Amino acid sequence: MQQLADRLLNEGFLQGLPTPVGYVLVVAFFAFVLLNFIMLVAGVTSWLERRVWARIQSRVGPNRVGPQGSIQWLADGIKNILKEDIVPLAADRILFKAAPYLAMMGFFAAFAVLPFGDGLIVADINVGILYVTAVTALVVVGILMAGWSSNNKWALLGGIRSAAQIISYEIPAALAILTIVLFTGTLSMQGIIRMQGWAPWNWFLFANPFAFVSFFIFYVSALAEGNRTPFDLPEAESELVAGAFTEYSGLRSLLFFLVEWGNLYVIGALATTLFLGGWHVPAFTESAFVLGVAQAVVFFLKSYFLVFVAMWIRATLPRVRVDQLMSLCWKYLVPISFVNMIGAALWFAIFPNGSRVASIAMVVFGLAIALYFLSRVRFHLRRAKPELTLSPIA
Amino acid sequence: MSHAIDVDIERQTPGGLETEEMTLNMGPQHPSTHGVLRFVVKADGEVMRRAIPDIGYLHRSIEKIAEKVGYHGFMPYTDRVDYVSAMQCNQGWAMACEALAGIQVPRRGEYCRVIASEFGRLASHLLSVGATGMDIGAVTPFTHAIREREYINDILEELCGARLTFNYMRIGGCAWDVPPGFVKRATAFLDRFEPLIDEYNELISFNKIYVERLANVAVIPREMAIAWNLVGPNLRGSGIRYDVRKDVPYSVYPEFEFDVPVGTGERGTLGDSYDRYMVRMRELKESCRILRQALGGIPAGPVIAKVPRNFKPPAGEVHVRVEASRGDMGWFVVSDGTAFPYRVHIRTGSYAAMAIIEELSKGLMIADLVAVIASLDIVAPEVDR
Amino acid sequence: MDVGEIHRRLRDRFENAVAPEVKPGEWPVVQVQAPLVAEVGRFLRDDPDLAFDCLSNLSGVDRKAADEIEVWYHLMSYRHRHQIALVAATPRPDPVMPTVSHLWPIANWLERECFDLLGVSFTEHPDLRRILMPEDWVGHPLRKDFVEPDEYHGISTRRESLLKL
Repeated sequence: MQQLADRLLNEGFLQGLPTPVGYVLVVAFFAFVLLNFIMLVAGVTSWLERRVWARIQSRVGPNRVGPQGSIQWLADGIKNILKEDIVPLAADRILFKAAPYLAMMGFFAAFAVLPFGDGLIVADINVGILYVTAVTALVVVGILMAGWSSNNKWALLGGIRSAAQIISYEIPAALAILTIVLFTGTLSMQGIIRMQGWAPWNWFLFANPFAFVSFFIFYVSALAEGNRTPFDLPEAESELVAGAFTEYSGLRSLLFFLVEWGNLYVIGALATTLFLGGWHVPAFTESAFVLGVAQAVVFFLKSYFLVFVAMWIRATLPRVRVDQLMSLCWKYLVPISFVNMIGAALWFAIFPNGSRVASIAMVVFGLAIALYFLSRVRFHLRRAKPELTLSPIA
Repeated sequence: MSHAIDVDIERQTPGGLETEEMTLNMGPQHPSTHGVLRFVVKADGEVMRRAIPDIGYLHRSIEKIAEKVGYHGFMPYTDRVDYVSAMQCNQGWAMACEALAGIQVPRRGEYCRVIASEFGRLASHLLSVGATGMDIGAVTPFTHAIREREYINDILEELCGARLTFNYMRIGGCAWDVPPGFVKRATAFLDRFEPLIDEYNELISFNKIYVERLANVAVIPREMAIAWNLVGPNLRGSGIRYDVRKDVPYSVYPEFEFDVPVGTGERGTLGDSYDRYMVRMRELKESCRILRQALGGIPAGPVIAKVPRNFKPPAGEVHVRVEASRGDMGWFVVSDGTAFPYRVHIRTGSYAAMAIIEELSKGLMIADLVAVIASLDIVAPEVDR
Repeated sequence: MDVGEIHRRLRDRFENAVAPEVKPGEWPVVQVQAPLVAEVGRFLRDDPDLAFDCLSNLSGVDRKAADEIEVWYHLMSYRHRHQIALVAATPRPDPVMPTVSHLWPIANWLERECFDLLGVSFTEHPDLRRILMPEDWVGHPLRKDFVEPDEYHGISTRRESLLKL
């Protein structure tokens, strides 16, 4: 984006403007584009989640508003914006109003370094991964602020649980990221992607067993950071209504939920960058434009697949209790990720350029797991009983 | 409705730290399926000191209404005592009146009653199992359980026209006979449903997270279960094999072969929440067994005995117990010879379960409180009547 | 153990506090004098041959004609599978009964319900307050002479008949 801004200022149609103004204009434009993208993705994710949930629960889900209910999210968004803006009487007004924006900021700022294609990135800073890890911590501040300022003991409890959970799970997530950074030697997102390739055996996921394990550690920790089931005790419906966000209504609650769904995309994008080869496609065409579009599509599909897996997990698994969650993090994930990192470092010492054989073996192993999984699915589909007619009196 | 509970702010100093005890209100409105229950929770952070139940939000003075509407007129009210499994409440009231007046119900009527009661038990246990799953966080088993419950409601609608508050039984038998084709459709449902019980069991019961949430939580030892008068699956979950249908048999239950599942401490301690949950899952299968036997052998005859419209049982007292879904429901009816009962007292299983929560909650976490309420299968209408 | 034997043991122990006849039935009824209910209960629970470890039901009956309130205790034993019902009567103007909540913990709530709806005070009860009705309610609803108040906190309990006849 920096280069684009410079080019526009020097040769493009922003000539003549003072440099800071030009930069601000370009930044504002990209922020606007990204904001639209995020809102669209988060909204469609909410609709898709409801449809996926419904099919898993043997019902239909929203299918009225628009074809197959696909603009349900727009209708819900407009409804939320039009709702009455309630600030509890005894709540701390300034913090209460500021909390959703802090959470939004923390999550939105992560999009500045998410790549979409080769060169399609807002800012390819050389500490990309570190920046994402640091800036998503602002979401914790937002949630804690929301819980505290609501002047509601249950919201406070939810906020504290959430903060404890997110902070604890930063550690295994960061260690898993570090394991990958060991191989690449760079923290920049595009740099990490460039070191992978389009074929599965060139992905970091299958590079060696330690990276394979750290994918799962990263995904589980990222789910916990995003307050998703099975770690969604902070917003457990049966107990706390909505946890830290109980007192919020209207636009502010919409923002919190957008943060949650959009965060899913960030998790997917990070996992794709680190483990699934990013935006690489085989070079099938000369045209840079078509290649760019293909890269963006591939990246988006890979991230969205992981979002779909997260939705799937949410519909299936029950909630982990807070103390079990904490013990899972500190007693299991942290030691495992330490051992993993040391193992990865040893592997890197032995095979500095990676081992082709090991990668192909891991790919075969991954395929075997996937095939076994599909065979179980086929077994259960065969056993599922056909439905009775809707009315037994007929 | 609200207590004058002192909000004591205790300051303790374990290791030099001063902490305050929070008093939280888990209010009558909350998104849990068990009805209007309120708890005043005194918690030290996440761990509870005490959870004091506050009941009475659904008190409808049903017992006083009985004294005004008469024996026949009270039957629809008995549905509302436990609207999740209303058939058994009907049966309890009908049996109490029949015991007072010495009326013998014809065999076909008894078979219809058993069929209706066992379907009601299936529906109630499905709801309980699904709600337990949902309270723990797994939302999928709940929708599947409700779907099965809808099919059961369809079948019961054929019998009596209602889907929740049935008013199917009358003093002396049942109101209507089974419609033609009912046995075929009910058996078709059972053929479909029995393998599905295993499927729903596999869906959630052996999931590691689920087991961790329920095992070793709120262990109720034998003596405590008996002293606190827990009944039904709660009692059987603590290892005591007692079922009113077997031990104080009524109706035509002696003619049927079925087992009484008991908790075995399979994943954790005997008497924990997981045992109570598994007892309910197993009872689903046993109810299917009873239903198949009952549906297969309905005798011919009338479904209701001749009971005068102006029903005046002789003066006396009677205490009748039926095995409702939540345990044995005691119906204590005092008659003074007129057409209106002198006193009706219904002792339900959920009443004791609510009472024991205050004792169980010491040392549990707030997240466990919901799991305990779900595993004890408390419904508010039974507690408050 | 059959009911005759139980009754004989009770008479041996408590003599005239226990009525000489037992009304037979599924729950044999034994009349007991009100002040000794707790001791009778303790005897029934602790004796190893009787072992009435469960209080199945505790109900109050307002006998207006006899000007007394009866409290019925339905006891059962899981160990020996026998059951018995005790009846104790207490005068209606000022009904007082000893508590049995130290013997069977469930009696705590059952006695609270009896107090709330019928007005029977249980001595030495750890926490005797209303359970089903609001704590500022006046009167005991299940009494035969209970008159419904006209309003509660400004909400009227009277409304005109919905049938315009």
